[in-house]
Amino acid sequence: MATYLEFIQQNEERDGVRFSWNVWPSSRLEATRMVVPLACLLTPLKERPDLPPVQYEPVLCSRTTCKAILNPLCQVDYRAKLWACNFCFQRNQFPPAYTGISEVNQPAELMPQFSTIEYVIQRGAQSPLIFLYVVDTCLEEDDLQALKESLQMSLSLLPPDALVGLITFGRMVQVHELSCEGISKSYVFRGTKDLTAKQIQDMLGLTKPAMPMQQARPGQPHEQPFVSSRFLQPVHKIDMNLTDLLGELQRDPWPVTQGKRPLRSTGVALSIAVGLLEGTFPNTGARIMLFTGGPPTQGPGMVVGDELKVPIRSWHDIEKDNARFMKKATKHYEMLANRTATNGHCIDIYACALDQTGLLEMKCCANLTGGHMVMGDSFNTSLFKQTFQRIFSKDFNGDFRMAFGATLEVKTSRELKVAGAIGPCVSLNVKGPCVSENELGVGGTSQWKICGLDPTSTLGIYFEVVNQHNAPVPQGGRGAIQFVTQYQHSSTQRRIRVTTIARNWADAQSQLRHIEAAFDQEAAAVLMARLGVFRAESEEGPDVLRWLDRQLIRLCQKFGQYNKEDPTSFRLSDSFSLYPQFMFHLRRSPFLQVFNNSPDESSYYRHHFARQDLTQSLIMIQPILYSYSFHGPPEPVLLDSSSILAERILLMDTFFQIVIYLGETIAQWRKAGYQDMPEYENFKHLLQAPLDDAQEILQARFPMPRYINTEHGGSQARFLLSKVNPSQTHNNLYAWGQETGAPILTDDVSLQVFMDHLKKLAVSSAC
Amino acid sequence: MNVNQSAPPLPPFGQSQPVYPGYHPSSYGGQPGSTAPPTPYGAYNGPVPGCQQTPPPGVSRAPPSSEAPPASTAQAPSGQAAYGQFGQGDVQNGPSSTVQMQRFPGSQPFGSIPLAPVVSQPTVLQPYGPPPTSAQVTAQLAGMQISGAVAPALPPVGLGYGPPTSLASASGSFPNSGLYGSYPQGQAPPLSQAQGHLGAQPPQRSAPPQASSFTSPASGGPRMPSMTGPLLSGQGFGGPSLSQPNHVSSPPPQALPPGTQMTGPPGPPPPMHSSQQPGYQLQQNGSFGPARGPQPNYGSSYPGAPTFGSQPGPPQPLPPKRLDPDAIPSPIQVIEDDRNNRGSEPFVTGVRGQVPPLVTTNFLVKDQGNASPRYIRCTSYNIPCTSDMAKQAQVPLAAVIKPLARLPPEEASPYVVDHGESGPLRCNRCKAYMCPFMQFVEGGRRFQCCFCSCINDVPPQYFQHLDHTGKRVDAYDRPELSLGSYEFLATVDYCKNNKFPSPPAFIFMIDVSYNAIRSGLVRLLCEELKSLLDFLPREGGAEESAIRVGFVTYNKVLHFYNVKSSLAQPQMMVVSDVADMFVPLLDGFLVNVSESRAVITSLLDQIPEMFADTRETETVFAPVIQAGMEALKAAECAGKLFLFHTSLPIAEAPGKLKNRDDRKLINTDKEKTLFQPQTGAYQTLAKECVAQGCCVDLFLFPNQYVDVATLSVVPQLTGGSVYKYACFQVENDQERFLSDLRRDVQKVVGFDAVMRVRTSTGIRAVDFFGAFYMSNTTDVELAGLDGDKTVTVEFKHDDRLNEESGALLQCALLYTSCAGQRRLRIHNLALNCCTQLADLYRNCETDTLINYMAKFAYRGVLNSPVKTVRDTLITQCAQILACYRKNCASPSSAGQLILPECMKLLPVYLNCVLKSDVLQPGAEVTTDDRAYVRQLVTSMDVAETNVFFYPRLLPLTKSPIESATEPPAVRASEERLSNGDIYLLENGLNLFLWVGASVQQGVVQSLFSVSSFSQITSGLSVLPVLDNPLSKKVRGLIDSLRAQRSRYMKLIVVKQEDKLEMLFKHFLVEDKSLSGGASYVDFLCHMHKEIRQLLS
Repeated sequence: MATYLEFIQQNEERDGVRFSWNVWPSSRLEATRMVVPLACLLTPLKERPDLPPVQYEPVLCSRTTCKAILNPLCQVDYRAKLWACNFCFQRNQFPPAYTGISEVNQPAELMPQFSTIEYVIQRGAQSPLIFLYVVDTCLEEDDLQALKESLQMSLSLLPPDALVGLITFGRMVQVHELSCEGISKSYVFRGTKDLTAKQIQDMLGLTKPAMPMQQARPGQPHEQPFVSSRFLQPVHKIDMNLTDLLGELQRDPWPVTQGKRPLRSTGVALSIAVGLLEGTFPNTGARIMLFTGGPPTQGPGMVVGDELKVPIRSWHDIEKDNARFMKKATKHYEMLANRTATNGHCIDIYACALDQTGLLEMKCCANLTGGHMVMGDSFNTSLFKQTFQRIFSKDFNGDFRMAFGATLEVKTSRELKVAGAIGPCVSLNVKGPCVSENELGVGGTSQWKICGLDPTSTLGIYFEVVNQHNAPVPQGGRGAIQFVTQYQHSSTQRRIRVTTIARNWADAQSQLRHIEAAFDQEAAAVLMARLGVFRAESEEGPDVLRWLDRQLIRLCQKFGQYNKEDPTSFRLSDSFSLYPQFMFHLRRSPFLQVFNNSPDESSYYRHHFARQDLTQSLIMIQPILYSYSFHGPPEPVLLDSSSILAERILLMDTFFQIVIYLGETIAQWRKAGYQDMPEYENFKHLLQAPLDDAQEILQARFPMPRYINTEHGGSQARFLLSKVNPSQTHNNLYAWGQETGAPILTDDVSLQVFMDHLKKLAVSSAC
Repeated sequence: MNVNQSAPPLPPFGQSQPVYPGYHPSSYGGQPGSTAPPTPYGAYNGPVPGCQQTPPPGVSRAPPSSEAPPASTAQAPSGQAAYGQFGQGDVQNGPSSTVQMQRFPGSQPFGSIPLAPVVSQPTVLQPYGPPPTSAQVTAQLAGMQISGAVAPALPPVGLGYGPPTSLASASGSFPNSGLYGSYPQGQAPPLSQAQGHLGAQPPQRSAPPQASSFTSPASGGPRMPSMTGPLLSGQGFGGPSLSQPNHVSSPPPQALPPGTQMTGPPGPPPPMHSSQQPGYQLQQNGSFGPARGPQPNYGSSYPGAPTFGSQPGPPQPLPPKRLDPDAIPSPIQVIEDDRNNRGSEPFVTGVRGQVPPLVTTNFLVKDQGNASPRYIRCTSYNIPCTSDMAKQAQVPLAAVIKPLARLPPEEASPYVVDHGESGPLRCNRCKAYMCPFMQFVEGGRRFQCCFCSCINDVPPQYFQHLDHTGKRVDAYDRPELSLGSYEFLATVDYCKNNKFPSPPAFIFMIDVSYNAIRSGLVRLLCEELKSLLDFLPREGGAEESAIRVGFVTYNKVLHFYNVKSSLAQPQMMVVSDVADMFVPLLDGFLVNVSESRAVITSLLDQIPEMFADTRETETVFAPVIQAGMEALKAAECAGKLFLFHTSLPIAEAPGKLKNRDDRKLINTDKEKTLFQPQTGAYQTLAKECVAQGCCVDLFLFPNQYVDVATLSVVPQLTGGSVYKYACFQVENDQERFLSDLRRDVQKVVGFDAVMRVRTSTGIRAVDFFGAFYMSNTTDVELAGLDGDKTVTVEFKHDDRLNEESGALLQCALLYTSCAGQRRLRIHNLALNCCTQLADLYRNCETDTLINYMAKFAYRGVLNSPVKTVRDTLITQCAQILACYRKNCASPSSAGQLILPECMKLLPVYLNCVLKSDVLQPGAEVTTDDRAYVRQLVTSMDVAETNVFFYPRLLPLTKSPIESATEPPAVRASEERLSNGDIYLLENGLNLFLWVGASVQQGVVQSLFSVSSFSQITSGLSVLPVLDNPLSKKVRGLIDSLRAQRSRYMKLIVVKQEDKLEMLFKHFLVEDKSLSGGASYVDFLCHMHKEIRQLLS
């Protein structure tokens, strides 16, 4: 543990945790003065090939309010076979199975390297995974065809015993029965009518209204599962059927007159999907996968009317309070999302259309249930096809990278309380001793439900130090936090992953250096960004920016070294040095700036930002720029307009986009066809290099980024130009003619200006 | 006339008049066994009348009155006129009344009252309408007078009898003064007639008497003769049989006795009849005897009774008491006569106000400017000029219109006229369509509307010169100027939304609940549909039908099927949101049969399999119709839904019904609720259907109460049909159902129709009956209209009519043809107007009248207690007849019942209506049956109501096997059945084969292929196919009967004395019914009493 950097990295690899502060200020007052809250990014199911799950159940603290799980931090009395809970200090007997333990014969959970451990619960019925496809049929012919093919392909990727169901919708909503022979059968619902879960179940014949009848015939308890699974059948049984069924899917047959949008009943379709699963498989891992090619245009959850002359709402409309359907639709989808979350199911949204599809309204469905959100231009693009395929990718064990119905519980030692979480989760409203009164993100609870998660799903969890200043923590005392994630593994096992971490306390007055050194500016940037984005969902954009600025200034004031009123004297230590730059790019990012983005895009970006792990999040905040040239090997360069040079090929990764940009000269060369000449093979290689690298990124990322191959002067170059720091603009013309880069036509401030301002404000005593 | 009488047909008339006598018989009738004889009577009676006539002359008093008759008789020889007289003569049956009195008290409530009337009844029925000419009228009148003459005697009697309580005294009076005195007077004419009647009656009476007072001397005398008659020999019955036989044989003798007894009559009769007389006399004798027998009271009161022979007086009164059924107007006779007289020549419609032949007559129609009676029939072809007259007569002015009636192949269907883009030429003011009655003026440049007198310009393209008579020279080239019925091609202005309609669609909606599956219905239906779909109606010579089809199955939820031709397999779409029905698909639901044949066949194969294991017993109903209607709406076309439904829709959904069948309500003020729909939801639904041109045909297969009253609301209001197959079982009901289904699917239908009846100034259509919907007071809206559906329209005066110009009707029907062509069918009819009521009565059509009255009554039960409705009918009928009596008949005694020739069947038919299941249900008639019949009748045409209310009873073994023609029918009375014969009875819905107990073995063998009567399976519904003449003939006859009716009649073989016979007897409408319906004779008495009350 040489440096904090290594420590941080090690912790992340082992536990999937990154704290903003790795040494904790020991009092509430001090902690608040740190500006950046004590928080962590937790990746509950971080892939650990080196961590085989143990096949037994965890040992719990016997105190009913605690129930912490035995961990390496517990003190163990091997002779008395007792262990002391490190959260509540309760002394507990080991269960009978542990009689053989000793210092040399420790169970795994007591070994320090198993600060993260996974238990497999054997009891309880295992129920198969469920995939319910909800398919929009108001698509263009080739789009629908592509979608059908993708869906048919997906059948082969599903585990054979997984249950699969199909709902299609257009003007009507059809729930297809999959068990029937011969005639294909579907239940049809009006797309304009909101139905309660009970009505839906009645109409699908899922309820047993004839209870007396059933009692009269005791011999058929087995009929229940049969009935309920008419719509959800094991893949291996109806593989052919469903393939045919998908093959025969037609575009919505109802005529769409000129100047109208097709009538699309997304709201009802989702409602029925939710109701169907709610009635048949509550609390069982299930994915509702919504494939839609346009905005909902009728019924509950409609986002826009069917008149084409009325465009779908824009940010401008929303600001002007001119989005007629937004509130109602949002309410509808929120209701659905909450129901879904309660049932432990998740909703994926795959929206492919050139125009908006109503993600703004529907976002909560994915956000609250841990579902995926994918936005593309068409189902007939590799972006969608590969993304969709990647959903079913498998890990080193051959298991799907998905887990269901998780609950995350956070336990803290008594100096700490948990203030909230930001990520794809909903509160379970479990009050307990470790729940803070202050809320950051989704708070007021110590447990959250994450209906769908994958190995990269990451939550930001925020804490509050509650230890009073006048009751210092004894020297060498450590604060501990235990994360308990119970979930349904894709193999349908119930599992519990337990991560217990501890950090040192430090007195902020006497040991500020320690604390400062243990600052994780990357984690802090992402955590602050999450807070900002979380606020942005409910607050006006400028307010959020102002809040962010103020936080930054305060941080600089607290940790910068400067002379009052002397901006030039301002210095930040290494552990803080990048932080302002992150904030600069964050301010410009689409997560906080809605300009130039549609409401759907904003929702989409924010959705991903709230669930990706630290690395990806950082890329989103501050895209990475690589340069390829004849002058040397590829190298990362500054995300700055000065990096845009004529003889360079640039590769930018913004997470959502991969942009390959050929400098002016390179573009001319390529146009001249040099790459095809044997004597210029090196040029060919140069051209190829970024493509290969991009491919590598494309392979690994979910969702697939938009892949943009452009060149100097190309219209798509805007993706690059909008991201780089506008160090040269039309305003500082002196740069013209120099070989230092390309000017950006913008009024945005450059990083330089930003920093200057920051320094000035930080050193001023005014604030 | 007399001569004529000799002819069998005539006699019946004579008998008919005697109505009175009939009563007695009926009362006696108590002994059913004796029924056999009736037929012979008929013949006898014939002669009797003749006798009667003769008597008149003989009688001193009679002379004046009788003279007339004689005159008529003189004419008669030539033909029918004679009948008329007879009829009149018959009427006088006065004397018999006493007998009746006895009965009534005994049997019916009526009885007591009727008795008195009966007595009076002696009046003659004038009916003989056959000769409509004035001559006849006069003859009738004469007859009337005669009867009147007779009547005088009778009336007193009647009066005396009037009070039931005073029977004894009355009787007393009888012999003494009234009767006696009167007799002599009236006797001559009346007597003769009376005798005739009596003769007929007597037999019946005789039976009872015999039975009761065998020893009585009177009986002895008369009976003996009777005994000698055929009856005796024919039957071994003894008492009862004797009586009947007696009648037959005895008539003559009886006649004589009375005659003799009567004052002078005896003398005359013999001479008159000469040949006939003997028989008559016998009859009379017989009658007398019986008469006495039955009347114990009389016996006592009449000292004379025993002295039969000696005291003519008393006996006479007795005979009248018994009304001879043969003496009262016989529907069979009337029908036969009309057939013989009018069946041979085509009916040419050129003349205004012609009464067409009866519906039972086969005749050809030549359209020369008025619509064929197949399209329009009126209650009267001569309308009173003023509303006062109309009110006085109380004869409803109504037209029964069947706009799309099917024509026999010999008659051309209406020509289609295309007036081009401007559309049909119409009057600018009243919008009447161009028709032959429009007057062209100003050299043809203008025309005057015959309905509103507005002068309109003739459009240039339509201009044509007039000839010297003011007629367009092209009149005969243009159907609309020369024909009564024709069609116009409609322009786009006549179409919904100003768009030419798309071809209509048929949607088959099949109940697949447990009941439907279990009974085998679904399998049967699906199998049938596969082939039936090839026979969808098509227009003209079209290669294939333009109609598209769709399929829905349902129980508690609905299943739609996508049968698009491009699919390999049909797709099923379940809609469970029955509360808010919608159509889940557009493309692929309604398809062309030939294009999607493979998919449809596959679907029909699979439907029975898919639901084979269903346990769903609940069904919905309104949502099914809603769905069909929505489907048509979505496809923007009109069409027809075929619903196959099994049970009361109790599943939770709009239009959910509960079982509210409650027999306790019958005969209470709340009975009407049984006919009313349970909920208003169906009316609302029907309204929507009509707006969409969605016609609903409902096939019901109930095992129990399904509330037909409610379920039939939509079919009823959309011009659809309801078919009901109670306790459907494939083995038994397959043929009937499939036959109905085939017919229903194949028949040509007009869709989305609007009918409007325009009239010339002075009258106006005020009320409409039938299966349709009306959103305003003038337009009859029909979602669908087929060739069987009839609309009855009632007219009222709103001004004076003019004898010269008459009255015009124009019925315009705008509809969409099977091929989706929008057309207008126009029917025109000109009627006469009269200032004399007699003209009205001479130009009436009783069948049409009954059609109207039945519909009126059947609608009435929705709002009034059944009893009120019945009373209203009786009152109206009495008023009609009383008005005639008062204004048209020559003065005569109040005791006589005098009926207009055209309406002489009105009482018997009306009685049938009153006795029908709807108005007087028997214990075995279910609420559903009543509702079903009620709505059926609503859209029946005249021919259907005619046979429905008065069933046809055909003896099968009477006529030689070789004869190719239909055997002549007999009257629907048990007395007409002979136990050695086999009869067919049909009423358009039911078909019975009645087998007498002593049918020859050979007949049994050749018909049923079993060796004896006892081996015949009762309730058999199919005759074995045997290769012998009798079997072939009977089966051929059955087939031809079925072919005549719009619904398949399931055959039921009924054996005499079997328990199924009860069912059969229900249709013997001249008899007293178990549910309390009066016998013909009783009713006639009652009617007479009513009339007398009105007159006094």
